Amino acid sequence: MADQTAHKLEIFRGLIKFKSNTQKIWGVLIFLSLVTIVEVALGYIKPNILNNHLLGLKYLNWIFIILTLVKAYYITWDFMHMRDEVSGLRRAVVWTSVFLITYLIAILLIEGEYIYQIYKNAAVSFDF
Amino acid sequence: MDTTVATTGTEGQVWGGGNEPLGASYGKLMMWFFILSDALTFSGFLAAYGFSRFKFIEEWPIADEVFNHFPFMHGTDAPMFYVALMTFILIGSSVTMVLAVDAGHYMNRKKVAFYLLLTIIGGLVFVGSQAWEWKNFINGEYGAVKTKGGKVLQFVDANGKRIALDAFVTVGARDVANQGNSEGIWFETSTVTTATYTLDEVKEAFANRSDLKIRTQVLTLNEKTGASEKTILSREASLAKLETDGVSVVEGANLVENEYGAPLFADFFFFITGFHGFHVFSGVIFNMIVFFNVLIGTYERRGSYEMVEKVGLYWHFVDLVWVFVFTFFYLV
Repeated sequence: MADQTAHKLEIFRGLIKFKSNTQKIWGVLIFLSLVTIVEVALGYIKPNILNNHLLGLKYLNWIFIILTLVKAYYITWDFMHMRDEVSGLRRAVVWTSVFLITYLIAILLIEGEYIYQIYKNAAVSFDF
Repeated sequence: MDTTVATTGTEGQVWGGGNEPLGASYGKLMMWFFILSDALTFSGFLAAYGFSRFKFIEEWPIADEVFNHFPFMHGTDAPMFYVALMTFILIGSSVTMVLAVDAGHYMNRKKVAFYLLLTIIGGLVFVGSQAWEWKNFINGEYGAVKTKGGKVLQFVDANGKRIALDAFVTVGARDVANQGNSEGIWFETSTVTTATYTLDEVKEAFANRSDLKIRTQVLTLNEKTGASEKTILSREASLAKLETDGVSVVEGANLVENEYGAPLFADFFFFITGFHGFHVFSGVIFNMIVFFNVLIGTYERRGSYEMVEKVGLYWHFVDLVWVFVFTFFYLV
């Protein structure tokens, strides 16, 4: 069982250092809430400037996805204490999921786009 | 400390899994394995959702129009605020969970129990919220007409805002013959009874209101803003489309039809949020079991609150999944 002294109390690569684990939990909560508020605000306003596309997705959607990954990182690292686990455990969990999921998403989205083209360029209309 | 956690009986036995190469106990490691496999399951679902969305990229429903309800604010357009609230509730219950784990490290039984109780309440509020969200989605708000090709035609007023069937269609005569207990059925009728209105009533009402138009599922690019918007047909095209293609009236959403657009959207919504809601529900059950064990002092006697840590991992994982569901169903 993790000893109280075993917790790493720094986040943002040492930019913020907390005095106790409890304090770190509240700090991370504030950060996660801020990120969620930014997401909801962007989703509500939907600034036109973010409507341009990059690699098949709008800037806005890229921002949402990146912010989601940021949130996922802090939930895993600080709430699930991945920060305090040995690197072997960390890699076994994180690398496995990151590589498999990236592959899965890439292949399915490419396939979805292909089928979209097939429907769109088909000799018959599907909108009837 | 580790050797006092008498849970698996393998302590010190190298080939029985007794030593801990990853510095985590057997139970915690197994929980991580489970979480990893569950994460892959959820990503499979979400990737399948992405696949279908890319396949119907030009006609996918706009989430802001589907989920725009807020309790006690009937009729106001409040996109996303309710799910944002649900997100805060779940993150909040994650925090109380991690505080319970922390209190467990200090062997503080009262604090562990208190924080676990808060976590359970948060989880129950979340599941309830999800049920409410489902209710709104299933009931629908405006109603639409389904075409032969399975697409959906929605009605908009002169300002391009959606108008509910209730606002302009009137219920006509129904040849309902009421039956009773002796016949074994409630009633008999020749009209379709799956919706409030029949297609003919909608057609007639639509023809009488010259300001109404039809909005199709197709998304077109607004050149000025760069945003994707649903296509609104001209009045003549609307009349023709309704006459030639309409087959039935759709109200709300279920697994076969969806008044907001592609039925697949409803299928994935029910399946993924349902599967996630089931995880929250089972997490609440686990938390309750651990909560009562804390109360009767099981972990006090065991000398370790590691069980709280293990269900805590599961609970945080449920929160983690919600973060992704929130993004891909409501934001993107």
